[in-house]
Amino acid sequence: MANLVEIRNLKVEAKTDSGRTVEIIRDVSFDIAEGEIVALIGESGSGKTTIALTLMGHTRPGCRFSGGAVNLAGHDMAALPQKRLAALRGTEVAYVPQSAAAAFNPAQKIMDQVIEVVRIHDLMPVEEARERAIDLFRALALPNPETIGARYPHQVSGGQLQRLSAAMALIGDPKLVIFDEPTTALDVTTQIEVLRAFKSVMKKGGLAGVYVSHDLAVVAQIADRIVVLRGGEIQEIGTTAQILSSPAHPYTKQLVGAFEPSLRVAPEPMERATRQPLLEVHNLSAGYGPIQPNGLPLALALKSVDIRLEPGRNLGIIGESGCGKSTLARAIAGILPPVGGHIIFDGKQLTPNARHRQREELRKLQIVFQFADTALNPTKSIADILSRPLVFYHDMPRLEREARIDQLLDMVHLPRSAKYRRPAELSGGQKQRINLARALAAEPKLILCDEITSALDTVVAAAIIDLLKELQRELDLSYIFISHDLSVVRAICDEIAVMYAGEKIEQISPTDFGGAGGHPYSRLLSSSVPKLNPGWLDSLEQDPELVRAFSKR
Amino acid sequence: MAPFALSPKKLGYRFNVVGIVGLTIILLWALAAIFAPLLTPYPIGEIVDYDYFGPMSAKFFMGTDYLGRDIFSRILMGARYTVGISLAAVTIACVTGVALGMSAAVAGGWFDACLSRFLDALNSIPSKLFGLVVVAAVGSSIPVLILTLAVIYTPGAYRFSRALAVNINTMDYVTVARARGEKTGYLIRSEILPNILGPVLADLGLRFVFIVLLLSGLSFLGLGVQPPNADWGALVRENIGGLPFGAAAVIFPSIAIASLTISVNLLIDNLPQKIRDRSA
Repeated sequence: MANLVEIRNLKVEAKTDSGRTVEIIRDVSFDIAEGEIVALIGESGSGKTTIALTLMGHTRPGCRFSGGAVNLAGHDMAALPQKRLAALRGTEVAYVPQSAAAAFNPAQKIMDQVIEVVRIHDLMPVEEARERAIDLFRALALPNPETIGARYPHQVSGGQLQRLSAAMALIGDPKLVIFDEPTTALDVTTQIEVLRAFKSVMKKGGLAGVYVSHDLAVVAQIADRIVVLRGGEIQEIGTTAQILSSPAHPYTKQLVGAFEPSLRVAPEPMERATRQPLLEVHNLSAGYGPIQPNGLPLALALKSVDIRLEPGRNLGIIGESGCGKSTLARAIAGILPPVGGHIIFDGKQLTPNARHRQREELRKLQIVFQFADTALNPTKSIADILSRPLVFYHDMPRLEREARIDQLLDMVHLPRSAKYRRPAELSGGQKQRINLARALAAEPKLILCDEITSALDTVVAAAIIDLLKELQRELDLSYIFISHDLSVVRAICDEIAVMYAGEKIEQISPTDFGGAGGHPYSRLLSSSVPKLNPGWLDSLEQDPELVRAFSKR
Repeated sequence: MAPFALSPKKLGYRFNVVGIVGLTIILLWALAAIFAPLLTPYPIGEIVDYDYFGPMSAKFFMGTDYLGRDIFSRILMGARYTVGISLAAVTIACVTGVALGMSAAVAGGWFDACLSRFLDALNSIPSKLFGLVVVAAVGSSIPVLILTLAVIYTPGAYRFSRALAVNINTMDYVTVARARGEKTGYLIRSEILPNILGPVLADLGLRFVFIVLLLSGLSFLGLGVQPPNADWGALVRENIGGLPFGAAAVIFPSIAIASLTISVNLLIDNLPQKIRDRSA
């Protein structure tokens, strides 16, 4: 088979804000055969999207080609002038972006946007293009293929929009389609449907593709070969089976290893009867918007939720976006005062609003957020950030405080010199460690972790999970760990509470999760998590009734 | 702030060249304002030249005005009014406006609603008209002028800082501080203010220029600084008749106003990276 794409010694450089030039892609070479799907995998900043964009002859603002060639069906995309590139884009190579919601114009009907490529290149009459679009909608398993084009982007779901953006890419009959993390923003149950649609369309048309992702399990389902990237360099290229079963490069091994974190070894269940629960939540309801005449807020996000947590144990809360799991954390912390129910923490009932809680009660319950960078004040040094809870809760004198900050930084495995820095000078994983250290500074009994690893790369997230486990062994701590990622929750929690549409569906142990005895939604969720096995997607069979009942696609 | 956090880097408030130029001119004018009585070659009200609109000469450094008074002396004394009144007014306006704006953003609810509507109402009165009414009713004195100018420019500063603070208020680090149990005072002072300081200072520079111009306008109407004293705006206005003759008496007060307002903005736009970064 002839090579459709040949990338040879590609170099891309970028200008930093301070005017320095850095090489972000260093000497990358690989091929894509016709009809082959190649995945580019790596952590954020590894250059995977930059490489994918060079296939369209595009570099992001501030970047430029500094060497090498990108041959696509006989054209050197790195050297062609803009006008020639414009003629190739949409007809030879097409792009499916990460966020379909941002890629569609909210003021235009979907059909007009899907067939725009055809109009720009004048490929076929509009009527024919519409028919072709409807065929594509059907091939992508979209509901109501005849009429969906008449809707506006906000009238369809996220998963549908992502498939529609694939239709937009495919309508010009390109030879190569670039998928840039197309399922990253989707829920796991939705992701399956989208992946299936992509895979069947690509295989049917014999199209070549580049699939950019950080998720090895997703890539395993769709790609023929995998290119592992780090720091703008290729670490390893191999077939999907080879990368997964026998990774050669240490970094690939780390990546594959991070995917399967070890299950938590639960502490010995002590005489349960004698231990009073650390946290008990009864009938908790909370929501957003003005209070209605019936005493409930306009949008009720949390409907009568009960949870119970014993000291030293960890509770995982899992569910898809919009199920109310973050609202639960905010309601417990008193940031969003609940409208109903009560919270008993450490033997005392807490007032709904954090403002009216005792300082000592606040101290024992700390919260850590998903986005590490917005949770740290950019104008303060790390020492200032960490010393505030020490002053606020413990009234610690200066010298003692200094020693304690060093100790906290040691605890989260950061160098002591980090205290002189500002948040912007730290990486994402380091910032999340500072957030943890700030929570630990209060000497809490319970830490609410709201998706704390979701914004981090796989390897970094695995390290944070290990750190959490280690801290728990050393300090008398409990976690409520909120996540949409089942493998993360399984790795750290003794119990899992499953949430759906604002309600807790069940609370079971991780080993029983997804088992036959559990709630059907838990089973669906459990079976939807991609596995590293390349044949997983094809062999996956889900009860269509169940899927229809619980997914909002 | 803990003293040990003062790393050597933190002390490095480095201005760039343009910033230094701006700062130097402002400092020169400030010095001129302070030492004006010692520097003036002639008493400001005294007619020293037999000719009006006299040219620049060795005797009269910047020429003479429409009555034959020495312009150089009048500009030096005018600096006291222009720089002093404007600076005091802009400081009062920005400090109250920013403090109220941040409080409104953090407190929200009825406090925010009442304050915003009240200041909107104040904003709806044309500034010149408001100045005229107040000065006409109470009489013109320097404290009245300063307060009037401050009141006129407070709603703008309030609106601006409230808009910025509302954005910062939704950041997770403010939520974390709230969950920690921090009081409103701490939230405003320590979490929000440092993050809006850059734009607020830039706004202060702009507002300063507006105040200089409004003060000149009031002086022209006879409601500002009273003769024989004059601020720079008044100097331009009273000598405007000399423009067809190319009189130095019009040019130099204009240059004085321009040099001050431009250098204030040069300084603000080129504040040390350390301060500007805070709002990035």
